[in-house]
Amino acid sequence: MTATSPGPLRRDTGDRREDTHTARTALPTLLWIPAVGGFALIALPVFGLAWKADWIRLPELVTRPAALQALELSLRTAFVSTVLCVVLGGPLAVVLARGHLPGLRALRAVVLLPLVLPPVVGGLALLYLLGRAGLVGQYLETWFKIRIPFSTAAVVLAQTFVAMPFLVVSLEGALRMAGERYEEVAATLGARPWTVFWRVTVPLLFPGLGSGVVLAFARAMGEFGATIAFAGSLAGTTRTLPLEIYLQRESDVDAAVALSLLLVAVAALVVVLVRPRSAEGVR
Amino acid sequence: MRLAAAFATLALVATLSACGTGPGGESGRRTLTVLAAASLTETFGQLEKRFEAAHPDVDVRLALGGSSDLAQQIVHGAPADVFAAANPDTMGSVVRAGLADGAPRTFARNELSIAVPPDNPRKIGSLADLARDGVVVVLCAPQVPCGAASTKVQREAGVRISPASEEQDVKSVLGKILAGEADAGLVYVTDVNAQQGKVRGIPFPEAASARNDYPIAVVRGSERADLARQFVELVRGEAGRDALTRAGFEVP
Repeated sequence: MTATSPGPLRRDTGDRREDTHTARTALPTLLWIPAVGGFALIALPVFGLAWKADWIRLPELVTRPAALQALELSLRTAFVSTVLCVVLGGPLAVVLARGHLPGLRALRAVVLLPLVLPPVVGGLALLYLLGRAGLVGQYLETWFKIRIPFSTAAVVLAQTFVAMPFLVVSLEGALRMAGERYEEVAATLGARPWTVFWRVTVPLLFPGLGSGVVLAFARAMGEFGATIAFAGSLAGTTRTLPLEIYLQRESDVDAAVALSLLLVAVAALVVVLVRPRSAEGVR
Repeated sequence: MRLAAAFATLALVATLSACGTGPGGESGRRTLTVLAAASLTETFGQLEKRFEAAHPDVDVRLALGGSSDLAQQIVHGAPADVFAAANPDTMGSVVRAGLADGAPRTFARNELSIAVPPDNPRKIGSLADLARDGVVVVLCAPQVPCGAASTKVQREAGVRISPASEEQDVKSVLGKILAGEADAGLVYVTDVNAQQGKVRGIPFPEAASARNDYPIAVVRGSERADLARQFVELVRGEAGRDALTRAGFEVP
């Protein structure tokens, strides 16, 4: 996919890399102190988790049926949520970056809301919209016999709600970085809006797509608050890995720690696998 | 550049040391920290006021939450003077860690009740009704005390409920009923009472098979062991029994 990105853009990033190599400037020493502190704050708790883990029982703990069921549900729902984020969030990012509407700033603020809301608030909001007694949910129930809470669909909705802004921000950033000149040139040369969109705007999205997808998927995998408030917790249907961890913590701390490490491993794997140059592409 | 970095470090240090002073700042009043199960919110709130009235120099701080959470906090070194749990198991983990001062005493007993919306739209009358098709039931997960009790009463009644959700704690079950998402749930009698009419309780005979004992203990290492013991006495004494009975607890 990345092979189709337009020439000029690639050369841009390439040049910048070379620059940093030839003119390497020394960092002020004092900067290292807070930097090391920041790194330690993130890395040490994960280390603490690994230290606390019962490594001998770990294989047995993470392959228990309840654990595998939760992992499978998490992967499945996070995948669907990420696809939804791309399908809905991609066009949204284009509109936010390129649209000329009054009130676009307010629109963007709304889109970014899930980033600053506690997820449990998002869950309650979804519940009061789509729940059985909710604004829309009551009609879904009486007219179509559709009930969303307590279903896997509710998990996907909760995850999409919290993960979408990550994708939108990444893609919008990529478009703003590239500027509008490519589209303008294409339009001057007589390309129709749809052609400009597919042949110019979409390739410009690619640098942000990798990091956006990784962030959205990771956020969906880790989703807890909105899910438990909106979807509930039932093995195989709505109990994703984070919910299983929270529940296991009540009765079997070792199992909770083992599952936490599993989640860390999956997250690390996703970041490593899908982190091509594009992950650093958003500057 | 250097100046900016120096400022950044200074700001960081200042922030951290500001965090360090914490709530212990004000002096003069002694603080007694009481960790209590969430179902004790109302009663312990009343007893807190009573204790503070009798000891004007003491500030009772109530930390309410799931018993297992609180027990873990104590085991991991959270400051605590008194611990009141919603079941013997969670108290057991504190005792095993050598953190209970003396044997825990049972001071209250709670039992399950069916909870339904005030108008009871599904006409629930017994535990067996919860197993009917199309009734959306929310229970506690079997891993937590109220869920263990729910499993027990089902076995006792020979009923198998398939819940729409197994929640983390009893307040979440109540929340789903209050939000109109569930037709019924199993909660404690005291939870129904505390809602004062926003949910209706339906007692059922099998509840007697799964009564929950609430133990209380002074936490070992408490700097105010004397005050802590006095608080335990208050809970187990007449005032405590009164408040607990009013909330719907049984008192031994």
